Amino acid sequence: MTKSSCRKERLVTSLIWLCVLLISAVFFWIFGEILWNGGSKLTFDFLTLAPKQAGRGGGIGPILISTLWIVGVAMAVSIPLGVGAAILLSEFKSSENIFILLIRRSLDVLAGVPSIVFGLFGNAFFCKTLGLGFSILSGGLTLACMVLPILIRSTEEGFRSVPEDYHLSAAALGLSRISTLWNLLLPAAVPGLIVGIVLGVGRAMAETAALIFTSGYVDRMPTSFLDSGRSLSIHIFDLSMNVSGGDPNAYRSAFVLMLILVLINALASFTANYFFKRRIITV
Amino acid sequence: MILLKNNTLFLWPSDRILVWVLRFCAVIAAMIVFLILLFLLNESIPVLKHVGMSRFFFDSTWSPTEGLYNLLPMLWGTLFAMVGSVLIATPLGIISALFCHFYAPKPIAHIYRQIIQLLAGIPSVVYGFWGLVVLIPLIGQIQPPGPSLLAGILILTIMILPTLALSADASLANVPSSYLKGSAALGLSRWATIRGVVLPAAKSGLFTGVILEIGRAIGETMAILMVCGNVVQTPKNIFEPMRTLTANIALEMAYALGDHRSALFVSGLILMLVITGLVICAEILSRKIIYD
Amino acid sequence: MNITTDSAYPWSPLEKRPACCEPKSFLEIKNLSLSYKGEKAFEGVNLDLYQGCITALVGPSGCGKTSFLTALNRLTDLISGCKLSGSIKLAGEDIQASSVDILALRRRVGMIFQKPNPFPLSIRKNILFPLREHGTTDKSEANAILERVLQQVGLWDEVKDRLRAPALSLSGGQQQRLCIARALALKPEVLLMDEPCSALDPISGGIVEDLITSLRGKYTILIVTHNLAQARRIADYTGLFWVRNHVGQLIEYGTVKEIFESPKEELTRAYIQGMRG
Repeated sequence: MTKSSCRKERLVTSLIWLCVLLISAVFFWIFGEILWNGGSKLTFDFLTLAPKQAGRGGGIGPILISTLWIVGVAMAVSIPLGVGAAILLSEFKSSENIFILLIRRSLDVLAGVPSIVFGLFGNAFFCKTLGLGFSILSGGLTLACMVLPILIRSTEEGFRSVPEDYHLSAAALGLSRISTLWNLLLPAAVPGLIVGIVLGVGRAMAETAALIFTSGYVDRMPTSFLDSGRSLSIHIFDLSMNVSGGDPNAYRSAFVLMLILVLINALASFTANYFFKRRIITV
Repeated sequence: MILLKNNTLFLWPSDRILVWVLRFCAVIAAMIVFLILLFLLNESIPVLKHVGMSRFFFDSTWSPTEGLYNLLPMLWGTLFAMVGSVLIATPLGIISALFCHFYAPKPIAHIYRQIIQLLAGIPSVVYGFWGLVVLIPLIGQIQPPGPSLLAGILILTIMILPTLALSADASLANVPSSYLKGSAALGLSRWATIRGVVLPAAKSGLFTGVILEIGRAIGETMAILMVCGNVVQTPKNIFEPMRTLTANIALEMAYALGDHRSALFVSGLILMLVITGLVICAEILSRKIIYD
Repeated sequence: MNITTDSAYPWSPLEKRPACCEPKSFLEIKNLSLSYKGEKAFEGVNLDLYQGCITALVGPSGCGKTSFLTALNRLTDLISGCKLSGSIKLAGEDIQASSVDILALRRRVGMIFQKPNPFPLSIRKNILFPLREHGTTDKSEANAILERVLQQVGLWDEVKDRLRAPALSLSGGQQQRLCIARALALKPEVLLMDEPCSALDPISGGIVEDLITSLRGKYTILIVTHNLAQARRIADYTGLFWVRNHVGQLIEYGTVKEIFESPKEELTRAYIQGMRG
């Protein structure tokens, strides 16, 4: 190696380490900031009490419940639809069929649509056209549209990992399509489905822009799905932007949200690993 | 008529019902995009009818209550924030992926991947909040007022970096190991291998990742709304506050009525069309293998 | 097949072949052992490669021939958990010393893999890019080398009109010759070849084999092959690797004539006669 290329090599290596250190530093800065200001002052009461003085005082009890309901509606609608679509997409030969190709492309586009556009759509369709108004139901349905592509993609991945032999041996045994699906394919695809659900829940939890004008701002305890409900992320946004002196509680809420998301992420990677290992052992 | 993989299995009536149920699910899933387009169009048509497309670019300013609809300042704002953040995030993301594959000892690469994954999972509202309480005061010290294009670019960079790094990581992992062995056997240095062999081989994957990131940068709303100051103006330098298209929708949708509301749907329609174009580009690129 | 009584080799006798060189050893390997995560791949190999000669290593699969090859240009460094002991001297220089510039070493000791592995670049870039990295920055000089090595491997007439086409569009045999050209462009002294013909169809394999024969006298070549007939056709010296006690060993080493016609070891005789392996 020539001298100059040796020097170049060393320069590039140190540059790369520098960039990586910088990125890690920003990461620790963000986490540290939220952890320090939010985690240290968190009490159990904060999780159960209702917010007071526009959120400056009190807790986030009703907000957690609303968030749960919104995410629940989103998943209850999107999981059956998503699994159905994923089965269709993975069990049919995709490239040969214009119908399948069209579905695939439209899902690709759907995955890229900005959340604010989902918000506009939800407002126009669920709130206005269907007459649901600002409600947990409108917000949940809007989120269902948003998480659908994620759910379909990872469930499909799960179905694709089922070996082709299964289909052939099932056909050789003269099993019906539905029993093949139920007894052979679905169990094998469960890990992909679970990862998809967990990722979808994470995405729904984190969403703000799509909810501002579909589920609304009201921070009371919801009594029905047609009530307006404020999600945790909207609460953080509102406290930091519109409520002066709301920062301490915004920190705490952000900490709670991050905690939930980190747990969800850990669950996703744990599930994926667990099933992956088990599959290797059983085969 | 759709053909099943094993057509002979079409014997039981329950199978036929199943196939129809599945088709129904898939059609609904696919319809959403078209529904979105339909509703955006439907809501935009009133304003397009009495105001017309050209006034969205040639009116004196954006003041919908007075009937002025110039979207250009917001378009520029979106463009500046996107270009700035993609320019910074792309090299950093690729460097992150290179680090994991070629420079880091295994345990460190593992930890670093975990960090990147966690960063990718942080909600945009938390990024925005962090920008609001940490970044803006810092920028304000250098050059008041603080909320600015620069803050937007930095926050967007931090936001799109992790997903870009993850997708670059995946495309580097797809580079066949025989290329690396071949390169080592020729006595090429690590950097020469990366520049001459790895990056060209991973090119199409990297490009696809960047294009999807451009889409995310354009569509991002909350974080940028919280740090950019939201003044309707074309920023003349990076320390001036500005407003993006997405922030504009989020800010005004709550009270907009009539033509104003319709105008916001027009900006939503523009976003939707741009994103669709980008997704199609990414699709085409990911299929093409680029040489030289 | 008719086995004659005292010749170990069942086929027709060897034809005379031109002396490749005076037997001057160039790569001296003494007591070389390699273990991978505590498990020995081969041990106690002593071997002298003579300058300008073709040496073939034969033996069943899994006996450490390929590992042995990768030890000689220290590609083993890339594999974690790989431990090498013993000495390897290239023209009198110990290649395992810490002061050795490993990139320069790999330039002097080129390697051809079983599966052709051109980079996903154009044909000309496959050759020009490693050249540039090793300090040939002059364009006209590099282009001259490009033409010379492509001529040398007989690829020039086939590709001269489409040098900018992707290398992966070539056929398997052409890709392998391109890989050889790429190694030759760096002016190596030793060429290590790991079954260079076995992934190719018979006709392309034959072309590559003729190419290797034409390199005799210019480079010191060590070729690993499964194909006994090939070893006999092209090599000057032959070594037999075998697994003894779960560890690969060099059983016998000598000129092709010695190994194929009067082997000293019973094992060699049996292998050559096709009874084992």
